[in-house]
Formats: sequence, C-alpha cells, structure tokens
Amino acid sequence: MKVLLRNPKRELEIEGPLRVHALLARLELNRESVLVIRGDTLVPGDELLEDDDVVEIRPVISGGAA
Amino acid sequence: MKCTVCKEPAVIDVRRHNANFCAPHFLRLCRDQVARAIKDHQMIQPGERVLVAVSGGKDSLAVWDILVELGYEADGLYIGLGIGEYSDASGEMARRFAEERGLHLVEVDLPRDHGFDIPTGSKAARRVPCSACGLSKRHLFDEAARTGGYDVVATGHNLDDEAAVLFGNVLRWQTEYLGRQLPVLPARHGFPRKVKPLIRLTEREMAAYCVLRGIEYIVEECPMAVGNKHLGYKEALNAIEAASPGSKHDFYHGFLARASARFTPEAEAEQAALQPCQECGAPTPGDVCAFCRMAERAREATPVPVTLGRRS
Repeated sequence: MKVLLRNPKRELEIEGPLRVHALLARLELNRESVLVIRGDTLVPGDELLEDDDVVEIRPVISGGAA
Repeated sequence: MKCTVCKEPAVIDVRRHNANFCAPHFLRLCRDQVARAIKDHQMIQPGERVLVAVSGGKDSLAVWDILVELGYEADGLYIGLGIGEYSDASGEMARRFAEERGLHLVEVDLPRDHGFDIPTGSKAARRVPCSACGLSKRHLFDEAARTGGYDVVATGHNLDDEAAVLFGNVLRWQTEYLGRQLPVLPARHGFPRKVKPLIRLTEREMAAYCVLRGIEYIVEECPMAVGNKHLGYKEALNAIEAASPGSKHDFYHGFLARASARFTPEAEAEQAALQPCQECGAPTPGDVCAFCRMAERAREATPVPVTLGRRS
C-alpha cells in the first residue's frame, strides 16, 4: 500500500494486508497523535488495509510528526 | 469495529470514552461536548454576539462550525501575521471556509494595519516568535471585538492545548499563570469575555471532526513555531494518554475542579495592578502596553525575513 506521511512530507510503500494498529506500530507512531485517512474518511484501528490502498497518516498535533 | 451507539460500522475509536463511533454519532458527540462546556462554565448567554478567533487551523474552524451548528450568532476574525507563505495559506483556508458557508469573516492584517510583521516584531521586542505572535493576537482580538460590538471572543484551545499549558505551568510552579488558566476569562476594562468551548475535546477529536465534516484546514504548523516546547509537552502527555486513556482530561478538568481556585489570589493581585495603556487603552501593568511598545520598536526596525523556528 502507499502511505503518505507529513512533517516532512514523504511516501512509503508497505506490503499489505495489514491492520491500521499494526501499521502504526511498525512506523512507531502513537495512535493518540495521528489519524489514518483513506479517501475522504477515517479508517478505524482494527481495519484491514489492502495492498492497493492509499492512506494518509496525518499528525493531529499541529507541527507534530507522522 | 461497531459504533457503540447504533452498531453501524465505526470510523473512530475514542479510548478515553471506551467507545467507538460512526461519523454521525461522532459529530454529535463533539457538538454535545461543546454544548456541555458552554453550559458548565456559562461561556455564552442566549442572544450574545460571538467573535471566533480563526487561524485557518483545525481547532478554530471546528469551533466556528460547531458554534454555528449549535445556533449561536458567530462571526470569524482572521489576523494576517505577515509570516510569509504560511500566512497566505492559512488566510486562504479561513476565507474559503467562510465563503462556502456564507459566514462573515472580519480580517485584520498586522503589516497593513499596524506597520510590522511577526518576524520583525519578534526581533525588535526581543521576544521569541510565539510570544510576539500571542501578544499580537490577544491585543488584536480584544480590539476587533470591542470595535465590532461583540460580547464574547471564542478561541479554539482544545483539551491538549490546555493540558500542555497546565503541564508547563506546573513544571515551573508559575502560580500567577495557574490562577488565570481558566476556560472563561470574564469581561473587564471594557474588553469582552474570552471563552474556550473545546476544552472537553482533544486535538485528535478535532482533527477527526474536520475530516468527517469535510473542513479543509492548514495541517502544517507555523514555520516559526518549530521546536516550540508545548509540542514536546503534548507528545509527553500523549505518551501517558496512550498508556492510560483519560489522563489528559483528568489532569486538566481535575485542576479546574479541585485546584484552580487555590491560585486565584495570585491572579487577582496581578489584575488589580493593571491600568489603561496610554496609547491604546488596553489593560497593562505599566504606562504603555507590551503590544504598543513592540509595535513602536518594530516600525522603526529593519524588516526581518521569515526563518524556521527557534525554541519558544
């Protein structure tokens, strides 16, 4: 899957399927500090992300990293 | 994951409430939390005119959106701070939000209306950029509210903001700051009441609210705020929150319920010493307020370009 991150802006390719919680753990991101967005809506923590998904991981702290 | 309320598929888990929500029930939760904060702390009375301080970020646009949804008469105030492309982008977000919803946005531009920008003001006053910015915004919010006849100024400070400020004030036992870290600052010296309707909602919940409401906001932080110590406090508190959901709420709201009043004498002593600024009439402990002093020095100074953050 394609994962878009911010601060700094970058893109990662990560092999799916993978649950959202597992993706955040792999990237060492605190689930309280980010949202995972696919299309125009949020993806909850137990959702399975497929290999062809494109997701944005958006920091919720202004200026925070993701 | 199912919505705790209706059992439809959920889009977000809120661990501090031990609950999951679909989009409609999450949006309802946010509105209910704001309505409760307003009621509990008597923030806004029926019929009062509200001026919302809008930065183009998620919190200020969300609080404006929610206040309008709750039926309040709320206009926005955007302050252009002269911070290069960041100010251009944030102003555009605020204008677009207002235009799309038919809302009234008041605009003040620091360089145009006062003859200096934040980078120059910061250097001229020997203040870190976040301090010069906060000083300017507080002054200009008050001035715009007074000029426009508004009863209340609402800001987008959320639970994370307040918990981080409390954390910093407690770390250094800044008792006069603790005495005035309140969700409502009463009207005084001819200036409007200031309220923080988002104190029951976290930063994550506000970002989620904007995504689910289709509100486009500026995600990047101000380039001059990089290294701001409050970002570090927020990250520390989120590490605690991840291990113990609800900690931020208990920390801040426990302070309001059980500790805040103990620091009131320090804040009242500070307030009693204030007098009107000889230049603008704003309350100040000296003859001329800090904003007018900074503005005078900055207008005489060589303009400073925008640079990436210093610690503040």
